[in-house]
Amino acid sequence: MGSGDVLSAIIFFIAAIGAISGAIGVVMVRNPFYAVLSLVCHLISLAALFLLLRAQFVAAAQVVVYAGAVMVLYVFVVAYVGDLDEPLHRPGGALKVLAPVFGVCLAVELFFAVLGTALKGIGTSGAHFSLGFGTPAQIGTAFLTTYLFAFEVASLILMVAAVGAIVLARRRRGLGELEFEKEIRLRLRPAYTGTMAESIGVPARTPQPPSQIEIREGEPVPVTGGTGGASDIEPEPRTRNQQAWEDD
Amino acid sequence: MAIGWYLSVSVLVFCIGAVGVLIRPNPMVILLCLELMLNAANLALVAFSRMWGGVGGQIFALIVMVIAACEVTVGLGLIVAIYRRQMAIDVDELNELRG
Repeated sequence: MGSGDVLSAIIFFIAAIGAISGAIGVVMVRNPFYAVLSLVCHLISLAALFLLLRAQFVAAAQVVVYAGAVMVLYVFVVAYVGDLDEPLHRPGGALKVLAPVFGVCLAVELFFAVLGTALKGIGTSGAHFSLGFGTPAQIGTAFLTTYLFAFEVASLILMVAAVGAIVLARRRRGLGELEFEKEIRLRLRPAYTGTMAESIGVPARTPQPPSQIEIREGEPVPVTGGTGGASDIEPEPRTRNQQAWEDD
Repeated sequence: MAIGWYLSVSVLVFCIGAVGVLIRPNPMVILLCLELMLNAANLALVAFSRMWGGVGGQIFALIVMVIAACEVTVGLGLIVAIYRRQMAIDVDELNELRG
């Protein structure tokens, strides 16, 4: 066993411990934000393992695409939804007991399957490979010749997923939302301060203290609050989201 | 290092991910655990690619990465839509499709 083998063994164990503890962190940490950070740690350790397996391009893609782009998406959504500290388990479920049992059984079974296999190469450190193994050049050549169909299908699937995500997560009201906000802004202006509406004889709107009108996502729109009295928009105690739901 | 070691790590990560999918109620964390399982499969694919000296396993791992990215995009879009409807982000309460 040469010194290179010892070094790669050390790096392997560090990376393996990082990958496994990152995975455990994802499952055990209460806060989703920390779970995402734990997954980033796991992904980077996994990229080190890929490098040890001479898969340079896959390791680079792992760091750039996964730990970079996909995790940023996760962090944005966690920040948008709000990091809710939540109970780790479902309250009083049988799964709390059964799931770890299932996991251990699955692990034992997979260990039997993987390590008890008759594959000769399992015990070796791999086949001989040419110098360019796993480089972008080789991956690119394989993608554009042998695996061209998979490559094209992958691009199509990415396109469909991007469009689908936009359709799922967009605001439902489209331009109506803008009208609504314009209305609110109009109401914030004190009466008789020279709006164009007043100049053509439209009666001024009843002033309301601006502190009462603070529109925030997910809260009931405070139309009736304040000293304003009667207003020409009918009071709607519904929330904006429910409104969006009904307008669909 | 023998290929078996890499496969062992892959097995462990896959099982941890499976347990996480089962016990966590938050769909965001369930997506994260799905990522764990896909990554475990990736590690196994790359290990087998190294074992045979062929490039096919690495190609497959890259395709799995693409699929994982798609799954994340659609899943997070669903979570944002659920949040906009002001429903609880909890897979135990989102059970209206259950017959």
